[in-house]
Amino acid sequence: MSSPQQTISIAGENSLIVYFGDKPGAAIASQVAQTAQQLRESLSQVLIDLIPSYASLLVIYNPLQTDHNAVRKSIRHALSNLTDDENNESNKGQTQGSLVSLPVYYSTESGPDLQALADGAGLTIEQVIAIHQQTEYRVYAIGFAPGFAYLGEVDPRIAAPRLATPRQKVPRGAVAIADRQTAVYPAQSPGGWNLIGLCPQRMFDPNANPTMPVQVGDRVRFEAIDKHIFLALGGEL
Amino acid sequence: MIGLKVIQPGIFSLPQDSGRFGQHAVGLTTGGPLDSNAFRWANRLCGNGVEATAIEVTIGGLVLESTTTTQIALTGADIPLTINKQPAALWQSHTINPGDRIELGFATAGSRGYLAVAGGFQIDPIFNSASTVPREALGGLTQDGTPLQTGQLLPCETVKDSRGCQAVPRHLVPDYGNNSALLRVVLGYQQEAFSNLQKQVFFTSQYAVTESSDRMGYRLKGSKITPSIEGILSEGICLGAIQVPADGQPIVLLNDRQTIGGYPKLGSVLSLDIGKLAQLMPGGTVRFEAISVEQAHNLLALDQHQFLNASLESTLDGTPDGTLESTAKSSKP
Repeated sequence: MSSPQQTISIAGENSLIVYFGDKPGAAIASQVAQTAQQLRESLSQVLIDLIPSYASLLVIYNPLQTDHNAVRKSIRHALSNLTDDENNESNKGQTQGSLVSLPVYYSTESGPDLQALADGAGLTIEQVIAIHQQTEYRVYAIGFAPGFAYLGEVDPRIAAPRLATPRQKVPRGAVAIADRQTAVYPAQSPGGWNLIGLCPQRMFDPNANPTMPVQVGDRVRFEAIDKHIFLALGGEL
Repeated sequence: MIGLKVIQPGIFSLPQDSGRFGQHAVGLTTGGPLDSNAFRWANRLCGNGVEATAIEVTIGGLVLESTTTTQIALTGADIPLTINKQPAALWQSHTINPGDRIELGFATAGSRGYLAVAGGFQIDPIFNSASTVPREALGGLTQDGTPLQTGQLLPCETVKDSRGCQAVPRHLVPDYGNNSALLRVVLGYQQEAFSNLQKQVFFTSQYAVTESSDRMGYRLKGSKITPSIEGILSEGICLGAIQVPADGQPIVLLNDRQTIGGYPKLGSVLSLDIGKLAQLMPGGTVRFEAISVEQAHNLLALDQHQFLNASLESTLDGTPDGTLESTAKSSKP
């Protein structure tokens, strides 16, 4: 059932934004994903694009073909169809997203901030690596750069603030933590997150189909691999 | 291959089609022409659909040499145009022959010009679009977001002139002359986090375009406005969104914006006014005016109607080879 917390606001001349609540979480992530999927079908022709994020969905439509009242109506209809993923077996695939496993070579060699993060947390490196793998993360949003997926939430024991001075170059595949979020850098870029390892799998490949191994609403687990496997999987140091 | 050879790329010249749509799910922005009005007229002058690929020339300096027979048109900012050293008018199509040299000077008013060619530049799309987004390293001639480079060939078709040269009716040519713009705004997003007083300050103040303005966004400077909240959970950003970071100075997000962000937003600038903003040089000034979403929809429908129903004018004073005349007259018809 839809909760009364959902609101629909105007964003601009061709966009409405649906707010699902104040805090991200698994239940809201699945509501965002379900609503996006329904609107893709019900709005089809007049839909220009959707931007799912932590607890919101931006709906961009063609204002020469429809108006905001008609789009609101479609959104309300989609919201009224929302199912509670805990109680509906038949909808599980749709609402819980796929489970994607990403290999990570955790080490001080591949993760230059691993030691400092462990020291700051009062943990050993091995404990940080174990805790990072224990959580099943949700893809809350994709943005910042092509293919950059924000995963949450990181166990508070290994949450760490962004670096005071961002790096000019973070390598492609860097596995990183910022506060209670974690991510794999899809391409070399500047960045201020704490680097704890490297993932050999491409997170964004324009020539691949699909372009990304994950989409918003999917679940992600990290699995430690050793240097030998990392290199065998095409990883570069 | 035939086409227009890049003799000089100019300051910043980017192939753009109407934009890259439907790819926000993987974090891709839309790109596309900042001044969509000038862009569509350039294409129309060349007999193209409004989605054909043209070159967005920022400030100017682009020099091309043709290897074929075709037509071109330059619209947008007042950038002096010459064909074989002869001045040629903007907002009008010109016939080009093999060996012809097309030279763009530097803008005297406005900052973005659009150079279209008959049939559109033939550039392979990536993610369904040829639009160049340097920040994402996507699109353009080399598909990796690189601006035009000396020595490249912009492929186009050979098009024998059968329609003669045409011009945009004078009354439909925008005036970029005074480096100022009135931007209409649909209030939205976190507008309730801005008190009535803050909104009044915003809508009665003049803001200046700063040097830190680019295809991603225009950073403005003027009266500080302060929302009651500092940040929000990152959410989707639409074209024209007005974001207010902690320093209280608004940023209008444009075609190459990042797709999600966590600053409070007051609403969004009407798409019809985005081009006016993007034509401003640093130091240019803007004011804002609130309109309802219904007014916005009416304005968009009216604009579409006017564009579709406007007739181009035949240029009587054009010579068959397109080198014009009266060309002594300013680049603005």
